[in-house]
Parts: sequence; C-alpha cells; structure tokens
Amino acid sequence: MMSERHTLDARRLLCPMPVIRLQDFVSTVPSGDLIDVFCTDPGTRSDIPAWCRINGHQLVGIEEQRDELVITLRVGSGEGRHP
Amino acid sequence: MTTLIKIAPMRAKEQKAVALISGGLDSMLAARIVLEQGVHVEGINLFTGFCVEGHTHAIRKKDRQREKRNNALWVAEQLGIKLHFIDAVDAYKDVVINPKHGYGKNLNPCLDCKSFMARIAYQWMLANGFDFIVTGEVLNQRPMSQRRRCLPVIAVDSGAGDRLLRPLCAKHLPATLPEREGWVDREQLHAFHGRSRKPQLALAASFGIEDYAQPAGGCCFLTDSSYSNKLRDLWRARGDRNYELDDIMLLKVGRHLRPRNNFKLIIGREEGENRFLEGYRERFTHMRALSHSGPLALIDGQVDENDLILAARLTARFSQGRDAKSVSVQVNECQGDSRRLNVVPLSSKQVPREWYL
Repeated sequence: MMSERHTLDARRLLCPMPVIRLQDFVSTVPSGDLIDVFCTDPGTRSDIPAWCRINGHQLVGIEEQRDELVITLRVGSGEGRHP
Repeated sequence: MTTLIKIAPMRAKEQKAVALISGGLDSMLAARIVLEQGVHVEGINLFTGFCVEGHTHAIRKKDRQREKRNNALWVAEQLGIKLHFIDAVDAYKDVVINPKHGYGKNLNPCLDCKSFMARIAYQWMLANGFDFIVTGEVLNQRPMSQRRRCLPVIAVDSGAGDRLLRPLCAKHLPATLPEREGWVDREQLHAFHGRSRKPQLALAASFGIEDYAQPAGGCCFLTDSSYSNKLRDLWRARGDRNYELDDIMLLKVGRHLRPRNNFKLIIGREEGENRFLEGYRERFTHMRALSHSGPLALIDGQVDENDLILAARLTARFSQGRDAKSVSVQVNECQGDSRRLNVVPLSSKQVPREWYL
C-alpha cells in the first residue's frame, strides 16, 4: 500500500502544544505515512524528535524556513503508538 | 506407569503503573523507584496552560537561540518509558475558577490541582488497563498540598484511593494497594519529608542521575504574584471569571497597562514578543508607531476615540519617539480599517504606576 504524506500546522503554538497536536494527529494516521509538521516554537526542534524516539516514530528530517521549522516524520508501528 | 507432567511456573501478571511526570527530579525518582522493582511504567504529563515550560524563552528573541528541551520528554527518555501528553486546558478551568480548597498565596489552587492531576491519571489508568498511579509527592515539602492532612484528601478527591503510590514518602503513609498486594516492595520505598533536597540528591546519585531540571521560581505561573494580578484584572474587567487559552498565554507576554477600566494595552517588550503579538492582530485593535521604531500594542477592550488617542500616546511613549514632539501612530481596527493618529507621547510622569499590571 502506498504511504501518504500529511501536513500538520502547529505554527504559533508553544510547547508542548505542537507535540500534543502531533500526538493526536498520529493516532489517526496509518503507520508508514509521512507527516510534515510546521512549527514556529524553536523548542520543537528537540521536543518532536524526542517524542518520536520515545514513541517509536522515525524522524526523517528537520528543515528551517525563515522563522519556521518543518519537521518530517514517518509514523511508526502500533507498538509505540499513543493508546 | 506414572506420567510426569511438567508444569511451567505461573508467570505473574506484569503490573503497570502510570507516573505523573512533571519533568522535575522528584517525579523522575518516583518513576525510577517503581521501574527498579520490575513494574511497567508509562508517564503522563498534563498541559494546563499555566505550566512554566519555557514559553517566554520561546517567544523572546534573545532566548530563542538558547537550547531548550521539554523536561517531561527528557525525563521519559532518560527513564526509557513512554510519555503521553494530555491537553487539560479546558478541564483545568474549573480548578482555577472554583477551587474547592481555595487558593494559596496567589491564584495557585495547589491542593485542587494535585487532586485534578491524580484524577486525570486515575481515569487514564482505568482507560488503559493500568494498575496504579505513581507521583513524586514528598510529605511536608510544600506548604499547601503536601501536608500530612492533605495527602489523603488528594487520594479521596481524585478517586484514586489506595491506588495512589508516593514512593518517595510511602513509609510515612499507610500501605497502599500496590504495597499490600506485593506489586511493589514497601521496604524499597522511602521516607522522605520536608523541604530538604538532600535525600533526593543522594538517591539521584545512587541511580547515576546527574542531570535534571531545577526549575527556578516554581513550575506554575499561578504561583507568581504578577501573573495572578493580571489574571484577576482580566476577570474583573470582563466581569466574568473565565478564560481561554489565548488569554492566559497573552498574560505571559509583554507589558500590560490598564489606563481605563474599559481597556488595557499589551505592549511588546522586544522583537520576539512583537512577533508573537502579531499573531493576534485579527482579534484585537492594534497600533504601532510609524514615524519611529516601536513595539506593537494590542488593545484589549471596547474603546472610543478618546481611548484610542490615549492608547496611541502610550504606544508612542514606548517607541523611540518618546521624547519627540509628535509621533505618528498607525491604528488598525480588528475589522481591517486602518488610519494614522499624530499624538504627543505621554511623559513618564503621565503614566501612573497603578496602570501597570
């Protein structure tokens, strides 16, 4: 099955809200899909990768675009998913 | 002939605990103590909107380059446990607005807050098939919520009852269900009490924990007198003890001045705050000096022409044109209309101390 690419807008949200939005969004997305998270809080640069490591998702990349960060991850298997 | 049947030993069900992880040392140690006993532990962290979690650092330009981490996530990673964030902003309002046990020195409803967090953990425990709750509370460490008479109140009010285990001070308290059932060994729990941090530091050292968050000034904005004054002012001005997330976030940002009962100004103190306030331009009438560089100012409240002129003079006061004879100020209504006002900046003597919130 082809994986899909999704976008999550977490701009202007301050941590941990971007992680909370991502956590909720991931629970609706099949494993293997990609998510691009758009953030403005610089703390997401460390928080989202940490959250991915803890919960079994793969960090694909972090791109800085002016005052924004685009953090891309691949959704992991059910093992690490939020209940 | 006798047949020998080999029976595999019964494997006890793995007990599962949910730990309230704040990101500080105490909750980290509490979770670690239970992990050491072979219990499966997962963490939850509640976001109430009042948490001091580097928001001002994320907003202010000078702090944006500083390395920042979410301490709860960091703790979970160090412990090797999962962490589940819970958005508790709406549910928490009732705790702040109607605390059953009242406030502390400021608008901090500490006892109700502890009960609320234990209640959310208890609900999470039930929903996810876990067995008990772990917190990092220490007897008599805090004046309001951790006194001997308060700890049972938290267990009762939250509904968690004796499924609430406090590994750091368990030996001062009656045995809980996890201790009585042998899910954890009470002998390996602790008897910490009081404000001294020495026992925690020694225990951390014994676990090889060298790095941990040491929050300065507490972990909740509601314990801060300046922040609490701004929240009280917000309620008084609106005639309603309520708030939205944006309201309480804005109280963390900028200078707040109330020159009239019907409006206040929120004025950015530096570039990062101005950028953050720009995100609210569609919700608030706002203004900024045009003829001189200066901050963005949001107007919270209903204003007439005289109020707008006063607000423009105040905005000019905080611009580089504060000593100029006239400053041109761009006024943008939240509906989209904009115009220019030429005003004389207020002098420092014309800005009474009591305008500052």
